[in-house]
Amino acid sequence: MARIPEVARHRVPPQATTTGHREGGEGVVSLRRAAVRVGGRTLWSGVDLEVGAGEFTAVLGPNGVGKSTLIKVVLGILPTAAGEVRVLGEAPGRAGHRIGYLPQRRNVDPSLRIRGIDVVRMGLDGDRWGVPLPLPLRFSARRRAARDRIAEVIELVGASAYARRPLGECSGGQQQRLLIAQALVRGPELLLLDEPLDSLDLSHQGGVAALLGRICRAEGVSVVMVAHDVNPILPWLDRVLYLAEGGAAAGPPQQVITTRTLSRLYGAPVEVLRAGDGRLVVVGGGHGTEGGGGHGHHHELD
Amino acid sequence: MVTTMSLTDTYPVWSWNPVTDLRAMWAFPFMVNAFRAGTVVAVLAGVIGWYMVLRRQSFAGHTLAQVSFPGAACATLLGIAPVVGYFAFCVGAALVIAAIPRAGQSGSGQEAALTGTVQAFGLACGFLFVALYKGFLGGINSLLFGSFLGITATQVTVLAAVAAATLAMLAVIARPLLFASVDPDVAAVRGVPVRVLSVAFLVLLGTATAATSQITGTLLVFALLVMPAATAQQLTARPAVGLAVSVLVGLAVTWTGLIAAYYSPYPIGFFVTTFALGVYVFARLARVLAQVLARRAPASARLSGSAV
Amino acid sequence: MSVFTAFDHPYFTHALLAGSGIAAAAGLVGYFLVLRAQVFTGDALGHVAFTGGLAALAFGYDLRLGLFAATVVFAVLIGALGSRGRSDDVAIGSVFAWILGLGAFFLTLYSTRGAAHGTAGVSVLFGSIFGLSAGQAKVALLAAAAICAAVALLARPLLFASVDEAVATARGVPVRALGLAFLVLVGACAAEATQAVGSLLSLGLLAAPAGAAHLLTARPYHALALSAGLAVAEMWAGLGLSYAAPRLPPSFTILAVATAVYLATLVTVRPRRGRTVTSRAVRGNVPGWPRL
Repeated sequence: MARIPEVARHRVPPQATTTGHREGGEGVVSLRRAAVRVGGRTLWSGVDLEVGAGEFTAVLGPNGVGKSTLIKVVLGILPTAAGEVRVLGEAPGRAGHRIGYLPQRRNVDPSLRIRGIDVVRMGLDGDRWGVPLPLPLRFSARRRAARDRIAEVIELVGASAYARRPLGECSGGQQQRLLIAQALVRGPELLLLDEPLDSLDLSHQGGVAALLGRICRAEGVSVVMVAHDVNPILPWLDRVLYLAEGGAAAGPPQQVITTRTLSRLYGAPVEVLRAGDGRLVVVGGGHGTEGGGGHGHHHELD
Repeated sequence: MVTTMSLTDTYPVWSWNPVTDLRAMWAFPFMVNAFRAGTVVAVLAGVIGWYMVLRRQSFAGHTLAQVSFPGAACATLLGIAPVVGYFAFCVGAALVIAAIPRAGQSGSGQEAALTGTVQAFGLACGFLFVALYKGFLGGINSLLFGSFLGITATQVTVLAAVAAATLAMLAVIARPLLFASVDPDVAAVRGVPVRVLSVAFLVLLGTATAATSQITGTLLVFALLVMPAATAQQLTARPAVGLAVSVLVGLAVTWTGLIAAYYSPYPIGFFVTTFALGVYVFARLARVLAQVLARRAPASARLSGSAV
Repeated sequence: MSVFTAFDHPYFTHALLAGSGIAAAAGLVGYFLVLRAQVFTGDALGHVAFTGGLAALAFGYDLRLGLFAATVVFAVLIGALGSRGRSDDVAIGSVFAWILGLGAFFLTLYSTRGAAHGTAGVSVLFGSIFGLSAGQAKVALLAAAAICAAVALLARPLLFASVDEAVATARGVPVRALGLAFLVLVGACAAEATQAVGSLLSLGLLAAPAGAAHLLTARPYHALALSAGLAVAEMWAGLGLSYAAPRLPPSFTILAVATAVYLATLVTVRPRRGRTVTSRAVRGNVPGWPRL
């Protein structure tokens, strides 16, 4: 069952140019020949990935191939069946407080009457017992620090205008920005995002993608993002992990999203086209397509 | 319905001879009336309930049932027949639910809070009417948990007429209603008046709930309105067969419930819910078992295939 | 009749003390119940309270023993089965209809045992807060205080787990254990509220003040406090009203005040929904985020 993909060997070592302040040169996320089984079925195996500090990595692939599962493995929620996984130099699940996580989600319940700022605040202290004491601000240095930090991240994601409105009344793009602020509020070293652009319209997709790219560059946060469509984030990508049923490939986008590599992954002829505006379109030989907006439908081969 | 007969301390004894037993039971006119009314209600509830479960409106049915309690209590307080109260309140509540978009479905917390509050308030109103009426406290239990005593021939006639009208109405809209229930978007494009059908169905559901409440009691309408239909949908995906199974299960549950209640001091609602739940659980288990067997068969085939 | 003469009657003082505690507990628990969209679990536990109470009476035990034992055991059971009352509402509704039927069975068993006079079922279903003795009121008040303290202790992580389950899990919040603990609190609260307004009406006490508080403020801790405050105020108003007009049973007046306050809030503070109506229509029955 363990099919080791040829293409995995095309993997390029982590870029030496990134701000590698981690001692020992160890990556932020490191998977070595990792495999995962869910419900008795091997989703993927032989996956190698090194994510360096401050790098922007996209996890791509067709539906149901286990992209979200990869995020859960990195979080330590799911165990691996084989191979080794290290996250921030520790076993998965040990470094939870240094990770920001944005799960895959649908729209917020429109009648949810909790302000955006409260949801951001949960990222800071939501896991502590008891209720926050209603002390005046001037008596508590910690509360002042918390307030300043929350204001800072809300400013960073550009959500100040609507952070005090109930989350359910914000638009999808506004909600996504506030939730990114929640993931960032503790100053994580690694940001895991599961299809954060999925429920957004095109203009918001570009805006949120630019925000993530900016956070990655300016704050030096490593970003690992599951994406359905690579185009909105293409300008910021350092690395791509492409999962397919035929194996996995990791490396810089221009090396992985190629006709040759993807054809090998799918085990069927696949063509990667570059549209005039630089967008990538993957045209499947009846097996599956990936990439550009209108072309990104799946045609399963029966 | 409201006037509870005081039961004698000795209950009829089951003789294990069905013919004698049924004859002994049907010697009492109220038992004959109870069987007639139960049969009418079981058929009506089986058919309407099947659509209700399909449309995932069992919560609306639950709400309407709660309303039937203040309805009957109010009618008693005003000195009119409880049947009038049942139907007036249930149909009225159905129209109210139809007027509120997305009401009657368990959605978000806020909607649930609203429905829960209104339900509790409805029951509280029923309790108020009972308290104002005085000397009616014995009847409250039969209103809530069902009673087969004191069903009059007039009541059976009214039930039968309402059931016939409801089923005739349903027969007229049955096919477009099925389409609109399964695929409202496509149905709307094809010119099916989805909104009108939805209102019409809620009114039909109101009458069915009012009728069912009179046998099972306000709190236990699920026994006849939901459980037989849910059983049918576990067993078959074919609409016609499903409707038939739903009606049959409803009839079986009602008849056995009536017999058990006749031979024991316990209320009919308890027996009807117990039997209906038993059938439903049995159907679910059977389906799970069938699925496990079906899954095991191809799995073993695949294993032997990969070994080659 | 002056309002102050009410305090000359011990039954009124007992009702006021127990009622205040019960209302505060119901308001706090209710806030999270509405937030987590688990109102129907509260409904179900009210049904269980009825059956538990009557089973205890039928077998000759204290009513409250049956109330608390049944609701807490069922809360643990619901939590352990992991059902959210959303995916399979038919199955859950059926089981709880049967539990009410079982309650009717115990009611008949109890009333045919002799001593009872047929009103026990009515008082479990619809409450008899003016019938509480000094001892019962004290126990009810203590239990309510324990529930309030537990909610205060759990509030922050429970809020996180309710609004953002996936992230809370990733951050190490024991989401499942919290959910279970919360259900036990709901069960205890339903048992408490049964003593005041009865098992059928306890849902109103849990849902109405909390629903109003959710509408009135979007600040979670303010809403939590407001929910408890509203519940207590509604309880007082209901008790006073029933005392002033003895023909109206207290359960009705309490529920009537609570419903009136909620509906008034709903009419005056309508959340802006213009844009979201379409998105909800599109969502249909698909469980949206947060998955509660």
